[in-house]
Amino acid sequence: MVNLKKYNDVFKLFVIFLTLFFIVSCGNKILTVTKVEGKQLPITEKIDQKSEIESFIKPYREHIDKDLDSVLAYCPETLDKTANNWQSTIGNMMADVILGRGNTVFQARENKTIDICFLNHGGIRAILPKGNVTARNAYEIMPFENSLVVVSLKGEQVLEIVSYFIKEKQPHPLSGMTFTIDKNNQPKNILVQGKPLDINKIYYVSTNDYLANGGDNMSFFKKGIHTYDLDYKLRNILIDYFKETDTIKSIQDNRITVE
Amino acid sequence: MKRREFIEKTAVSTAMVGFGLSLSSFSKPDVKQITILHTNDVHSHIDPFPADDPRNPNMGGVARRASLIEAIRKENPNVLLLDAGDIFQGTPYFNYYGGELEFKLMSMMQYDASTIGNHDFDNGVDGLYAQMPFAKFEFLSANYDFKNTMMDGLVKPYKIFNKNGIKIGVFGIGIELDGLVDKRNYKETVYNDPVETSQEMVRILKKEQKCDLIICLSHLGYNYKNEPNTISDLKLAALTEDIDLIIGGHTHTFLDKPTVTKNRIGEEVLVNQVGCYGINLGRIDFFLDHNKAKSSMGKSIVV
Repeated sequence: MVNLKKYNDVFKLFVIFLTLFFIVSCGNKILTVTKVEGKQLPITEKIDQKSEIESFIKPYREHIDKDLDSVLAYCPETLDKTANNWQSTIGNMMADVILGRGNTVFQARENKTIDICFLNHGGIRAILPKGNVTARNAYEIMPFENSLVVVSLKGEQVLEIVSYFIKEKQPHPLSGMTFTIDKNNQPKNILVQGKPLDINKIYYVSTNDYLANGGDNMSFFKKGIHTYDLDYKLRNILIDYFKETDTIKSIQDNRITVE
Repeated sequence: MKRREFIEKTAVSTAMVGFGLSLSSFSKPDVKQITILHTNDVHSHIDPFPADDPRNPNMGGVARRASLIEAIRKENPNVLLLDAGDIFQGTPYFNYYGGELEFKLMSMMQYDASTIGNHDFDNGVDGLYAQMPFAKFEFLSANYDFKNTMMDGLVKPYKIFNKNGIKIGVFGIGIELDGLVDKRNYKETVYNDPVETSQEMVRILKKEQKCDLIICLSHLGYNYKNEPNTISDLKLAALTEDIDLIIGGHTHTFLDKPTVTKNRIGEEVLVNQVGCYGINLGRIDFFLDHNKAKSSMGKSIVV
């Protein structure tokens, strides 16, 4: 017992000594950065795929592919973004489809009719090639989540849309309105739904939410009297149109005439 | 008696041996390594680009990134895997599953933390909330206040990681939402000043928590040459101190190598960004040492 007591005393001293020693020594230890190495590792085909990850993705991919690649319609002639009299075949199709399908929703909800559809040329992200049409085409043409809105504008602002066209000289998609640009670069013969533009009348103009908020400097939309959110994505409008259409028509008419 | 003497002697000699070993551990540099791996603006790019892609043929892909990360972890297990935001939006995977697959795959790759990019609000703050159960990693944002949104309590300003005896403080910084994200999407999320917030984070992480390394995960954007007043990663680096590394995103900037710049007291800060779409993985290795004479030693940066 004596031996054990003596041992404990020594052991206590030893523990105290070590504790103090480490407190003192650790207090001085500060981790500092001495070297930094930075590089970029490209993810190339030379790197093997981790099979566990690949097989996890597979069912998701197959579901999407099955959905996106099933044939919805047929397009006998490529609709592209080439400007022809400040219009393009794909722009005409989109503006006509959005005005038409938008109206089914707008008439049911608000008991009003859309007069014009006006979009931006830059928002069309791909062409519609000749051949089978799938939902993937709709994703490529319209990858953004933009949705359909209708803005009530005075005739005055509709005139600003015309001026925007003349200034931009781009084939922005347009439907429901026609006009002529004379030799002096001035608009004339502006018709909305076949009737002359009335500066004081209220027109219902459909577009996407991005442009309605003044995107692409479309300031006239910000002067709107009222904005109606139709909660209908433009991409879904296209998909719904493809589903109900057998053969996509290429429309080349004279919405804008340049003298 | 003999036994007692023996024990006493052993105890003392053990103490001496301990003392001697401790001394030797001072003279021999004890170098610790931490590997930071990072991505930004992956934008739902789960599959590699197709072989006929005009810009990035055969590049990227999560399954490949996962095996690269795994190989690096085998070589050095002390890894922090981080993302600087814009996980969402860019392929039908997001349109179909709302970010579920992105979060699940990042969890499988054992991401440690991400900050929140503007596109992560694309399905609204509610859409982000809906995917949170699939994320087994932290969401860090110090300057977005989610108090009055569904995301309340799900985002931390910072997190301290202890790896290999190194204390690493990581905080997140997001971009101004007004004008960039539809108010209907970000709802009552409040954006606070990035510089002030970063200084506060650094005060906590360096002065209070005594972190050895401080990393800012930023979605501010690398640099805005034509908008000198817009806050960016390079500006944030210059206006703050005690940040060792800013991992950026938003501007999809491909850098030839990480940028070494100076903070407001003339110390070196690393700013890095690796483009977008999971085409690259960034790797920054920090080597730390128990060293009292910091100022005389300095650090070497090899990029």
